Amino acid sequence: MMTYRQASYDEPLLFDLDSIETCGEDILPSTKIPDKLRRKSLDIPNLPEREVMKHFLRLSQMNFSVDSGFYPLGSCTMKYNPKINEQIARDGRAAFIHPKQDESTVQGALQIMYELEGMLRVIGGVDAITLQPAAGAHGEFTGLQIVRAYHEDRGEHRKEVIVPDTAHGTNPASAAMVGFDVIELPSKNGRIDCDALRSIVGSNTAALMLTNPNTLGMFEKEVLEVAKIVHDAGALLYYDGANFNAILGRTNPGKMNFDIVHFNLHKTFSTPHGGGGPGAGPIGVRKELEPYLPVPRIVKKGDRYGLSYGHPKSIGKVRAYYGNFGILLRAYAYIKSTGGDGLCEVSTRAVANSNYLRKRLESTLELPFGGKRMHEFVLSGDKLKEKGIRTLDMAKRMLDYGVHAPTIYFPLIVGEAIMIEPTETESVQTLDGFVSVIESIISEPAETVRTAPHNTSVRRIDEVKAARDLIFNFKSLVEQRQREKERKGSAGS
Amino acid sequence: MLPTKILEVLGISSPDELFDEIPEAARVKGLDLPCGLTEYELKAEIDAILSRNKTMDDMPSFLGGGVYRHFTPALVNEVLSRSEFYTAYTPYQPEASQGMLQALFEYQSFMSELTGMDAVNSSMYDWSTALGEAALMCSRIRHGSKFLIARSVSPERKAVLKTYLRGIDAKIQEVSFDRTSGRLDINDLRSKLGEDVFGVYLENPNYFGVLEEEVDEISSSIGETPFVVGADPLSLAIIRPPSDYGADIVIGEGHHFGTAPNFGGPLLGVFGCRKEHIRKMPGRIIGSTVDAAGRMAFCMTLQTREQHIRRDKATSNICTNEALMAVAANAYLATLGRDKLIAIANLNVEKAAELSQRISKIDGFESPVFKSSHFNEFTMRCPRPVEAVSKTLLGHGVLGGISLKQDFPELGEAMLLAVSELHTGRDFEAIVKGLEAK
Repeated sequence: MMTYRQASYDEPLLFDLDSIETCGEDILPSTKIPDKLRRKSLDIPNLPEREVMKHFLRLSQMNFSVDSGFYPLGSCTMKYNPKINEQIARDGRAAFIHPKQDESTVQGALQIMYELEGMLRVIGGVDAITLQPAAGAHGEFTGLQIVRAYHEDRGEHRKEVIVPDTAHGTNPASAAMVGFDVIELPSKNGRIDCDALRSIVGSNTAALMLTNPNTLGMFEKEVLEVAKIVHDAGALLYYDGANFNAILGRTNPGKMNFDIVHFNLHKTFSTPHGGGGPGAGPIGVRKELEPYLPVPRIVKKGDRYGLSYGHPKSIGKVRAYYGNFGILLRAYAYIKSTGGDGLCEVSTRAVANSNYLRKRLESTLELPFGGKRMHEFVLSGDKLKEKGIRTLDMAKRMLDYGVHAPTIYFPLIVGEAIMIEPTETESVQTLDGFVSVIESIISEPAETVRTAPHNTSVRRIDEVKAARDLIFNFKSLVEQRQREKERKGSAGS
Repeated sequence: MLPTKILEVLGISSPDELFDEIPEAARVKGLDLPCGLTEYELKAEIDAILSRNKTMDDMPSFLGGGVYRHFTPALVNEVLSRSEFYTAYTPYQPEASQGMLQALFEYQSFMSELTGMDAVNSSMYDWSTALGEAALMCSRIRHGSKFLIARSVSPERKAVLKTYLRGIDAKIQEVSFDRTSGRLDINDLRSKLGEDVFGVYLENPNYFGVLEEEVDEISSSIGETPFVVGADPLSLAIIRPPSDYGADIVIGEGHHFGTAPNFGGPLLGVFGCRKEHIRKMPGRIIGSTVDAAGRMAFCMTLQTREQHIRRDKATSNICTNEALMAVAANAYLATLGRDKLIAIANLNVEKAAELSQRISKIDGFESPVFKSSHFNEFTMRCPRPVEAVSKTLLGHGVLGGISLKQDFPELGEAMLLAVSELHTGRDFEAIVKGLEAK
């Protein structure tokens, strides 16, 4: 097991660094700006480039990433991002094009988007794609707008969207944002309960949102029956594609009778997560829903590519322009270089790695609802309480071993949940190392674990204080420092 | 092939056994896609496709409207190339992610200074979705059925706003602009304000590049109704922060602080608000705190507003955002500093005025259409159909501006032109020559 120490610099904020003293006259706003609009002061430091680079390099070294080590964050698919995709996306011919350029000057960009749509159609088993949504949740928002438009077009005002209790939080949030009431469907033994579904589905049901495999990593075996129940009620079936990595080339949402699907290109299709984003969340739909897709659509006439706006039933636009092109290009490169066969190997290895880890860990920690899993699995840390530690403590202690913690306390139906997704890009050696880390933590004195982390750039963080103080910027921080100084001063006198 | 060790531990002979819970009727056999390419094949293939693009480097470009080409210091690209930043996930384990958290806190600090808002979140997808979310946030602050927007707002953003407001069944009503000045018609605003209005949205500079000078009058007319201001954050280096004239929420586009146009994405949605509204705000926000040893530290905070905790009661569904773009903006602002930022903003104003002046001397062209002060964009009216002018310019190797004809037919044959610090005298000569040609 490696001895790990994360860099720890006590790096000051940029605003705490010495600003260069500017000689001569102050730089003022242009006289072309009317007096009553001219800015009077701007409190931003002037820093030497040398200090700025040092600052950011140090910050980067205080940040765990996929390239630094194992990142089994369940539901997030933290796989390795091939470097060629970065190089391609940073090419000036991809970067320095404006969305409003004449179509004749952006044929390359349009071709890439058009071809990516074609590839996603095959992968998703759907008839039409939009690349516009910026993220998975944005894809859900777009898909549910389509659900709404579809029903309204048929003269129906269905108000309810059904979401299983194991669903990602974005599902109910997106449904609410589009104006639907959310009905939660309780699961049974970790899976959808068709009888429960039958009892709540009806003429007011607009759609059911489902991720398959679900967030416990369990395949919804009755998916075809679920689809039938939903469709018989005149509702639509939405596929949350966050867990697509498990099914590539084995099944697809179209084949499972879903009507709408979103793809998280920043998960399954290997575009990096950027510390939170940007991502991309294209959606695919069945033929009868195509008229509702956002505009513009990307079209091909002869050998020319173009943008098409004339779609009267379209839900309109969900963001400016056409999508996160820089991300779409990376995903395009990934699919091209991985190929059809390669993508099948991706799901095979992702599921194999997940089951290998599950098998090796299920006797150490508890696996609710037994059986095999797909690309991820959820353990319960309830047993840890006997040792006087909680899932949170174990997660923090993992950081000390140079491993990122899994997703914890989700899904909500598992007590002290630990959600592990190793992805296909990790070696057996890495997986074995992770097992050793967990075994080691369990054998450590509880106090060591409870006070973890010890080897990261900072010790355990007081998140309650952050929520109480509400300091979101340097100015407020300075005011806080001042208040504390005064308090100490008066206490000393 | 799976490693033997995996097969042994799982006690299986074929990986197919791992997928046997998928019902027979739902299975597919592989993917009908071509075989994978080697790295050099991939590079060659994409190289051939990308060479079909003509870039803003190949031709002088005067396209703007929300996406701009500005200078990027080399340092920014160095920072963006650090895979410790770009291959990280959302900082759910703050102790291991201080670098990203601190960088985002600094981004929030810069944007708070520029906008004057007490809290700026760590990003939205883009300006247009920030507008959609801002309108939804207004509806949480005040009841009403109508959201007022200036007619002089970007059509791209208007379209997105319309989609976002569908969920609360609210109406959008436009407030006209003065035909001479291009600025908001305050009388029209006053006539449309009322009990049923839950928010007002104004852009400054507006879509025509015009600076809204009467912001204090506008603000006092609006009174207690939530007031949303959209602004290019670069302009805020030299223009009063919207907090100064009563904005409750400030939004904008920040991608040009350190990243390229990228064919319109990824972008960087800026979103800030006053302290009293913080709990109604969408998006992730980074707060400062301390660690167990009492040292300065950062973490995500107020997560009880967010989808993973609050589910259908969340202030937004946003999860993945544009964090890396915010890091770029931070590095950009840190590198330039106050003086260079002001100098660049000034250059944009001066150069746009210079080009507008030169175009006004070309026979038949009217520029700027509006008799007002401008930031980095202005409108011109052409003596010929604007499509024909664009075509001629393209023939001269120039990417002209955005046509306003479809969205603002009342302006006639008008075009919106954007200028930046990067434009040279030669670029100006190229467009002037293209406009002079018939």
